[in-house]
Amino acid sequence: MTFQITIDGRAVPVEPGQTIGAALHAAGVRAWRTTRFGGRPRGLFCGIGVCFDCLITVNGRPPERACLLEARPGDEVTTA
Amino acid sequence: MSPTDDRVGAPNDRVPADGVPDDRVRDDRVRDDRSSDHYTCDLAVVGGGPAGVAGALTAALRGLSVVLVDSGARLGGQYFRHPPGAARASTPGLDRFLRQARALGERAEVLLGHQVWTVTRDGDRLTVHCQTPDGRAVAIRCRDLLIATGAHDRPLPFPGWDLPGVLTAGGAQALLKGNGVVAGGRVVVAGTGPFLLPVATGLAGAGAEVLGVFEANGGLGLARHPVLAAGKAGEAAGYGLAMARHRVPYRTHQAVIAAHGERGLESVTVARLDADWNVLATRELACDTLAVGYGFVPQIELGVELGCETRQDADGMPVLAVDGHQRTTAHGVWAAGEPVGVGGRYLAELEGRIAGLAVAGEPVPGVLARRRRRMRAFGEALHHAYPVKPGWQGWLRDDTLVCRCEEVPVARVRAALELGATDARSVKLLARPGMGWCQGRVCGYAVACLAGESPRPPRRPIAQPISLGALADLELKLDTP
Repeated sequence: MTFQITIDGRAVPVEPGQTIGAALHAAGVRAWRTTRFGGRPRGLFCGIGVCFDCLITVNGRPPERACLLEARPGDEVTTA
Repeated sequence: MSPTDDRVGAPNDRVPADGVPDDRVRDDRVRDDRSSDHYTCDLAVVGGGPAGVAGALTAALRGLSVVLVDSGARLGGQYFRHPPGAARASTPGLDRFLRQARALGERAEVLLGHQVWTVTRDGDRLTVHCQTPDGRAVAIRCRDLLIATGAHDRPLPFPGWDLPGVLTAGGAQALLKGNGVVAGGRVVVAGTGPFLLPVATGLAGAGAEVLGVFEANGGLGLARHPVLAAGKAGEAAGYGLAMARHRVPYRTHQAVIAAHGERGLESVTVARLDADWNVLATRELACDTLAVGYGFVPQIELGVELGCETRQDADGMPVLAVDGHQRTTAHGVWAAGEPVGVGGRYLAELEGRIAGLAVAGEPVPGVLARRRRRMRAFGEALHHAYPVKPGWQGWLRDDTLVCRCEEVPVARVRAALELGATDARSVKLLARPGMGWCQGRVCGYAVACLAGESPRPPRRPIAQPISLGALADLELKLDTP
């Protein structure tokens, strides 16, 4: 059954088993952080846990790789 | 069953239908204490793709106690990545792999979602140190270790390659296979090597408009593709048919040399190339997604830290040196699949089986050894057919990022070289490429090329980010007799 997570309060649908990164990408959200120096937008790149571009804050925890982290109902992603 | 039987394990109906051994099913033979997260076994296997699963199952079927650890949520590695439940992607060979995975779940401990960050040695015993996503430390003590850690994409930098919407070819494939997500609407596939074909046909089959596959090498075209020449006519013809059915153009001697957009990808520059990849002519192509890959980087750091000797593969990448039994030069350490040279999933599974037999002390049948030699030769032929040519360095601009993590542009790498850096290591110390989160996995190859040397074996004593607490815990154990 499809469920929802949120990114900055906005609902994003998730198919069971999808990663947070995949669900956001599928919903058209392709960037969720900016780089330290250049402020460049970043989202998925390698997709398999190697590049760390897709680091994301979920439920207030320290940054994790969105491409590896399986979404759970009610997960709250924050980008600021 | 005989060792030459094509099946590694038999189907079994006692494990979930999606082939995922339940993480909670424990084998009491190997768990030290039901309340602890420490295991002792004959063989620990790192990596749950075709090589690791075949190696673990082969050894387990011969009576060894086996623990297999993988960072993913399900077995499969990159090639057999699949969504949970009964829904199946059309990956050839997946059903067979899932039967092996089920059989393994019956006979061995399978630890999923575990990241291995180091392996330590204590006499003739090895300890694999892992961390779970919630930060729990798990240690596996073993006599033998099989490294089956696979490979990741080898990207080349080009202007705009860090724009959202630019993905590695493997990343686009992982989205599709593991998540059922089509990477984009209007997609360009570019790079070099036969892997671009399944990526393009997979995306087209799932509904993306694939605007073209731009193969920087070639010149032979799809009809004389090396996969055909090696007798894999069915496979190559299948991709050819799928490309034709979805009207996907396959263009050789062409590459994406720049990506453009404000906050995400809007278009790419496609160039016609000479044989050394120097630009002859360019055009713009509007698209929302680019899947790009220039071969693969075998993941060998665990072996390097254990002192295994390496060799340089035909594609220039350092790989673990092994003998005919998949034995590395470090006592008790074995390796199979891409870490000993990129060769694909058939070879990976075969090498896993050979390693499993050898670890169990059984002879390796000549037929397996011969098949392995043949497949290795094919892998090398592909490396020679799809090299990376030096012209890509001419695609770079001064402000093109080389290291995405530390945001190091080409100009800073060149400044380091002008200051007297003579190799990738001194470039790294002066300009910081490779010092960020990914530890140089993404930019290492490019930095080595820019420094004018072949990539060296990676030194990553801590292979994954861990908490200071986990590190302190290890120090304590090492210091305490």
